[in-house]
Amino acid sequence: MLLDTEAQAPAPGRAPARPGRRPGAARRSVRRLLVALAIAALLVVEVYPLFWMFINSLKSSNEFLNTPSWSLPVDYRWDNYTAAWETGQLATTIRNSVVATLPSLFFIIVLGVAAGFTLEVMVWKGRNTVLLTILAGIMVPGQMILLPLFTIYFELHLTGSLWPLIITYTGHGLPLTVFMMATYFRAIPREIFEASTIDGAGMIRSFRSIGFPMVRNAVLTVALVQFFLIWNDLLFAITFANRRDLNTIQAGLLNFSGQYGSLDYGPLFAAICITIGGILVLYLALNQRIIQGLAAGAVKG
Amino acid sequence: MKSVLGDRRAIAILLGPALVVYTLVMLVPVVWSFGYTFVSGNPLEGFRFAGLSNFSRLVDDPDVHAALLFTLKYAVIMTIGQVVIGYTLALFYVFVLRRSSTLVRTLVFFPVVVPTVAVALLYQKIFQSAPRDGIVNELLVNVGLDRVDWLGSGTTAFIVIVVMDIWRSVGFYGVLIYAGLIDIPDDIIESARIDGARGWSLFRRIVLPLSLPILLSSIIFSINGTIKVFDSVLALTNGGPGSSNTPLTLYMYRTAFAYSDYGYGATIALLLTIMCFIVTLFIFRSARRDITT
Repeated sequence: MLLDTEAQAPAPGRAPARPGRRPGAARRSVRRLLVALAIAALLVVEVYPLFWMFINSLKSSNEFLNTPSWSLPVDYRWDNYTAAWETGQLATTIRNSVVATLPSLFFIIVLGVAAGFTLEVMVWKGRNTVLLTILAGIMVPGQMILLPLFTIYFELHLTGSLWPLIITYTGHGLPLTVFMMATYFRAIPREIFEASTIDGAGMIRSFRSIGFPMVRNAVLTVALVQFFLIWNDLLFAITFANRRDLNTIQAGLLNFSGQYGSLDYGPLFAAICITIGGILVLYLALNQRIIQGLAAGAVKG
Repeated sequence: MKSVLGDRRAIAILLGPALVVYTLVMLVPVVWSFGYTFVSGNPLEGFRFAGLSNFSRLVDDPDVHAALLFTLKYAVIMTIGQVVIGYTLALFYVFVLRRSSTLVRTLVFFPVVVPTVAVALLYQKIFQSAPRDGIVNELLVNVGLDRVDWLGSGTTAFIVIVVMDIWRSVGFYGVLIYAGLIDIPDDIIESARIDGARGWSLFRRIVLPLSLPILLSSIIFSINGTIKVFDSVLALTNGGPGSSNTPLTLYMYRTAFAYSDYGYGATIALLLTIMCFIVTLFIFRSARRDITT
């Protein structure tokens, strides 16, 4: 029991070794070896595929076909990346993804936070019905709204632009956003808003200068959740923006693979690397926020 | 004061825009799509009233049966895989790595945020068998086993789909369940230790019962996500080989856009929505149980 409580000490895994002092010491180092092996196995499974892809993105097609795929490149073909950038039209797809994602995020946040505030802080008849109606939207799969929206965008002659994506992402992202924001507003004591009304502030003023600033952290969380949902969407992207010059990153990659994937291995690997690399930069900067945000979004959704 | 908190003009300004967008993008299309289930045709060629024929076709369509079966098979296997491996991972984080688990958690989580198509194309190459072997077949050959044409047959392609989607999502379930496990108060575990509980009995009698709520939410969340599977299957095998691995979502998409049958496509979408609705009811019931216990 004594040994066990010792293993509970802070900064475990680096528990000070005291050779020869206790019979438990040997057992502990066996245990440490097993832990190290488990971590190594986990990292090989999760990280090695990404490394494998990276080394193969630097090989010529000839080298890829004739040497073991795990060997390091003989000469580093960085020109695969320029080839991927040009034939994959990555500049266009990245621009389209940004143009579709950022306005959607902006609208989702502005509309969703205000709606969450109205539904949670303000007091009015029928707000529960409205809240439930919006929450019901969380369960509706994209397929259920796909065909009418396609017809509408077609009739409105919007199909040649990215507007269908922006509109759809905004509407489809609202339910989860409203739900998450309502939960965050619930945690703020209502007295704060009552006090501000006594001081003579109207509700719009209360929202702008008290409500919104108080949930600023939550807004970042919600924005990250929505960013990944939109950035990684495929269904709406291939339905509403299937023209080559409107493709987002996901749709563009799919088309690129269909056209060149069986010939130009290096550039395809390079295109995947560029796609993953962009996300990796964001992830390195914000990983703890992203992890917490996505987990929170799941529990609440 | 009550009247300020219930100011109608403020409500209209703050809630109005969101409500309008939500109604136009979600509510109207859902009702409209329901209307499509009673017609056949598409916007370009025009619609004909079809009565209930889409529904009788849905009941008899062997392709729907196959797609439904695939969806359920995938959802069950993925849910078990995600939750069991995610739980194991979470136990590993909490009880073995303890406070030094942040780096491992962060690395294992990364595939969750990578775009699905990129992951699917990567897995096509990892499990490739022609014109040359990918890394998996190279490994098999090196340990003296036969190489496998992974994406060439329905069963092996299904295995690749499951392996890929588990790889992609398990970091997420690890973190989700981890968050539940660290909520278990330390003194409960400590006092169980003092009472002599170790290893398996500690897990069986203390940790498992106390983590049942988070386990239940993970299961429901997993089912909810997996019955909507679309991206990864589309990008990895496009439902193939043949139509052996086609989920309902993809079959709906093909019916509507490859065969231009909006009416029947909307009917399949309705079936999918009803399935999601049933799962959501379970979410609400389990959420209520969370509060009462």
